[in-house]
Amino acid sequence: MVGASAAGLSTAEALRRKGFPGRITVLGDELHPPYDRPPLSKQVLSGTWEPERAALRTEEHLSGLDLDLRLGEHATGLDPASRTVRTRSGRDVRADAVVIATGVRPRRLPEQDGLAGVHVLRTLDDALALRKDLLSGGRLVVVGEGVLGSEIAATARTLGLDVTLAGPLAAPMALQVGPLISGLLKELHEERGVRLRLGSGVAGLEHAAGRVTGVRLATGEVLPAEVVVVAIGAIPTTDWLAGSGLELDNGVVCDARCRAAEGVWAVGDVARWQHEGLGRRVRLENRTNVTEQAIAVAGAILGDPAAYTPIPYFWTDQFDAKLQMYGVLPAAAEVQVVEGDPAARRFVAVYREAGRVTGVLGWNMPKQARLRRAEITLGEPA
Amino acid sequence: MKVAVEQDKCVAAGNCVSAAMDVFDQRDEDGIVVLLTDNPPDELAEEVRTAAAVCPALAIHIKD
Ligand SMILES: Cc1cc2nc3c(=O)[nH]c(=O)nc-3n(C[C@H](O)[C@H](O)[C@H](O)COP(=O)(O)OP(=O)(O)OC[C@H]3O[C@@H](n4cnc5c(N)ncnc54)[C@H](O)[C@@H]3O)c2cc1C
Ligand code: SF4
Repeated sequence: MVGASAAGLSTAEALRRKGFPGRITVLGDELHPPYDRPPLSKQVLSGTWEPERAALRTEEHLSGLDLDLRLGEHATGLDPASRTVRTRSGRDVRADAVVIATGVRPRRLPEQDGLAGVHVLRTLDDALALRKDLLSGGRLVVVGEGVLGSEIAATARTLGLDVTLAGPLAAPMALQVGPLISGLLKELHEERGVRLRLGSGVAGLEHAAGRVTGVRLATGEVLPAEVVVVAIGAIPTTDWLAGSGLELDNGVVCDARCRAAEGVWAVGDVARWQHEGLGRRVRLENRTNVTEQAIAVAGAILGDPAAYTPIPYFWTDQFDAKLQMYGVLPAAAEVQVVEGDPAARRFVAVYREAGRVTGVLGWNMPKQARLRRAEITLGEPA
Repeated sequence: MKVAVEQDKCVAAGNCVSAAMDVFDQRDEDGIVVLLTDNPPDELAEEVRTAAAVCPALAIHIKD
């Protein structure tokens, strides 16, 4: 396993659960024991959890899995033919099966490196550094109106900061949930006092004496800031696979069983596999996919021929809104509220394209949304 | 088998209910997990293990 986070660990665990008795080596370049990321922008950032609560597994559970877990070890290359993973320490690992679980890393603005007060959020250390800066107060500008940026804005606003959310789209998460629901999110953020500067791209950062002082929009407007979070998406961590001969194109390209080459598999945020239900290659960056795909890959390694065809699912918490999203929610879909009431901020909406249900969204109605998941049909109409 | 859930970790994904509906349910009002029995019969053990494995919030704990 290369990558000791949710995907690597879940695959190892699924292998053990399915009775695999052999040796499992897990390489991870972070020093912390494996931890979970979704709480980083929520409970860890807000301080409602001690960071330790985000641990993926207890020490006791980890030792029960009987893994050769090598933390602080960076993989530098892979030879698929001999299934040898080269490492920075020189302790190379040769295996019958290699699982690539190296995730993604945040995209950055070109000028942000070395500038104090500018953050990304992917790791536990990122979350603690950002929290420290937020606690000293001041004005925060979040660059990026996607899921992560919207969540960080909400959490920081709840902490009492002066928060501005900037990004090129018209409303928070417009790309992920379409115009109707993102319009409601926009109302929610505005009501709670988040300033929105949407519909204009970010041109750059303003700084003085090595510290950020503001964010410059494409319109020329400058948003003054003591703290800036850049949440403009992520890039699959595949640089270490350059020269391996594997196809790398927005992730590790895999077949329908998540196989990148004979004996080489990919799982989690880094994997771009052929989803037979959708009829195209997909790469998902969400937590439920990680666990489900890990189980599928463990099965495939042990000879299960089934293709991996999940219904995508993710959730997000912003202020008191808990959103659950199933399937695909295209911007062009026809959206209909089928249960509850948007005015009461409790409802289920169904997304339809050409009459078919492609996705379901629940707003503070998780159970009711899940019960409608069965209505989703993936793929093109016959 | 003994099962426990941490309701304050649960993110209301409902995966556990899909995996083992005789052991888990969700509250109607907020979708948080409800344990129907903390001592499920042996024939449900496999389902319960799957439920714990697919919970994205690591909110389900099993003691054999
Ligand atoms: C702040 C935040 C909030 C999120 N919130 C949600 C949410 O609410 N709902 C949801 O569904 N999803 C959420 N996600 C997404 C979810 O956390 C990811 O889908 C999940 O973490 C992906 O797991 P992974 O193991 O594939 O990748 P990662 O977690 O990125 O792990 C990859 C690991 O591999 C290591 N690595 C990389 N390169 C190497 C190398 N060459 N050698 C050794 N090790 C290497 C990395 O250091 C890392 O530890 C969130 C993510 C973040 C960052
Ligand atoms: S699967 Fe986990 S997060 Fe989802 S409802 Fe069950 S306990 Fe809660």
